[in-house]
Amino acid sequence: MTVWIDADLCNGCKRCVKACPYEGVEMRDGKAHILERCTSCGACIESCKPKAILTDAKPREIPDFSDRKGVWVFAEQRGEVLHPVSLELLGVACELAGSLNQEVTAVLLGNGVEHLAETLILHGADHVVLVEDPRLAQYRTIVYTHAMEQLIRRFKPNILLMGATHIGRDLAPRVSRRVKVGLTADCTELTIDPDEKILLQTRPAFGGNIMATIANRYSRPQMATVRPGVMERKEKPEKSGHIIRETLSIDEDDIKTKVLEIIREAKKTGDLGKAKIIVAGGRGVGDAGGFKVLENLAEALGGQVAGTRVAVEEGWIPADRQVGQTGQSVRPELYIACGISGAIQHRAGIANARYIVAINRDARAPIFQVADWGIVGDLHELVPEMIRQLENV
Amino acid sequence: MNIIVLVKQVPDTTEIKLDPKTGNLIREGIESIMNPDDRHALEAAVGLKESMGGSVTVMSMGPPQAIDVITEAMGMGADRGILLSDRAFSGADTWATSLTLGKALEKIGDYDLIICGRQAIDGDTAQIGPQVADHLDIPHVSYVFGIDEITEEHLVVRRRLEDGFERIETPVPALLTVIGELNTPRYAVVGRLIEACGDKASIEIWNAADIGAKTNEIGLEGSLTHVIKTFAPKFKRQGEMLEGAARESISTLLGKLHENRII
Repeated sequence: MTVWIDADLCNGCKRCVKACPYEGVEMRDGKAHILERCTSCGACIESCKPKAILTDAKPREIPDFSDRKGVWVFAEQRGEVLHPVSLELLGVACELAGSLNQEVTAVLLGNGVEHLAETLILHGADHVVLVEDPRLAQYRTIVYTHAMEQLIRRFKPNILLMGATHIGRDLAPRVSRRVKVGLTADCTELTIDPDEKILLQTRPAFGGNIMATIANRYSRPQMATVRPGVMERKEKPEKSGHIIRETLSIDEDDIKTKVLEIIREAKKTGDLGKAKIIVAGGRGVGDAGGFKVLENLAEALGGQVAGTRVAVEEGWIPADRQVGQTGQSVRPELYIACGISGAIQHRAGIANARYIVAINRDARAPIFQVADWGIVGDLHELVPEMIRQLENV
Repeated sequence: MNIIVLVKQVPDTTEIKLDPKTGNLIREGIESIMNPDDRHALEAAVGLKESMGGSVTVMSMGPPQAIDVITEAMGMGADRGILLSDRAFSGADTWATSLTLGKALEKIGDYDLIICGRQAIDGDTAQIGPQVADHLDIPHVSYVFGIDEITEEHLVVRRRLEDGFERIETPVPALLTVIGELNTPRYAVVGRLIEACGDKASIEIWNAADIGAKTNEIGLEGSLTHVIKTFAPKFKRQGEMLEGAARESISTLLGKLHENRII
């Protein structure tokens, strides 16, 4: 888009010089002259009475994307083990593909990972695009970006989903920039608009205080990341699919970074994302000793202990136990919230729990609005009572 | 080592309330703060300058009042401040924002390291760092919580994973996005703050023309994604309150859990 002056029509009135917010017009020999600073904002055009300022600007149009087909899922693996979010993404991808009457493709990058393709197919992938190369053995941003770019340019997918893991949140923005498309982070709901047939991407914003539905009308693939634990995986034991093998072309020098070592820190406790029962505590628990009692309850129920941001900040529980907007999203069968007021940031992380029990001294605590069952009272009395009754069964 | 730090002014989201009738955010009276992760980015940059020499430039994109985070950053030790401020920048998604920041960084040109916070608390996207790095065609490392080694040519950093961490070597120039675990940010020094608020402060304000952008590629107009609807999150459940003394209410609760085959 550019703006220019028809010198024959310009009467030298200088209105455009005043109208320009960027000092992008000056007078030369009594005629207006557009400078390189011009941002093509168009402010001068309206100011010009003899209509001597011309532009090739057109109103923005939505491009034709009818050749873009297929719902893609980035099948994240680490050390030749699939990340659970990959299967969860396939679950939602099948629904989206069904609404669009298109197919689901899983993209699997790595080295010696072909055996994972079967699992992807049995969770809904019609195709698995497989790229195996020693340089893909460990996740590295640039080489993975390059591989995804190659595949996207070649196959032209309509939608691309990635897990909002520490890898997905590193890779997705880089890929989106590379193939010049929009990207929506940490979606909690994905649907297809019945009229426009575009992807509606719903996500929390402002720390979970508000939900926003976002559309990507101007670029393809429509890219989104989804947090682990938000979508549901669905096994399709009868499903068949096929593998498409692709090769990688990149020089090692262009990959730039090297992974010197990967250190796994053994988790003392199990994975919260997989827990069936979670006993969680907040400010009301009072101290680390209070959490010991919650641990006893969790043990009696065969569950795990978690907490709010406050509990982590106070040092009562480790950071990997935090549930909520800035922690993890969980979907247990039962979530017992003890001494948790229920700030919106915390509620955002437990929206997918099957049942929620709330124990709090304050009857007006917002946690009761999202609970299936609530008890107003002192958790220091109620939790030990619950342990006692469980032991006596 | 010349370091550029990207910072953002954000509303303090822990203070945000919703209007119960309209479901809209109540922005009045909400304090604007420097994004928490960005403080750690600044601390890292100023610390590196102190040990290796060089300079720290702080850059932000935002409305005119975002100058406050620039002056605060200079109070913490940044040498030069640049505020990208123009109505044409407003309403940008991460695509248009990273393009705007990328063009401004290209204009500065002379940098070895760009450091930014992992994510801002108003959007929580964590996209800007990697997108800016791709625009500049330089490597990036995200979720950095430790810098093990740094020379004029390369650095070795620790990147946080969900179940541990990895040590990554990257050549310079590079972009890092950092998390709170990296360091403890210093407070601004009053003398430096006063200097930063004075006329002689090394702060520039750049608009679209200054960074060579066309207005249709930035801001709302240049964005590829658009918010089409906002609403208050709904989490409502039946909320049955169980009455009685501890013994009775717990007994009722366990009965309910058994009935529903939860335990």
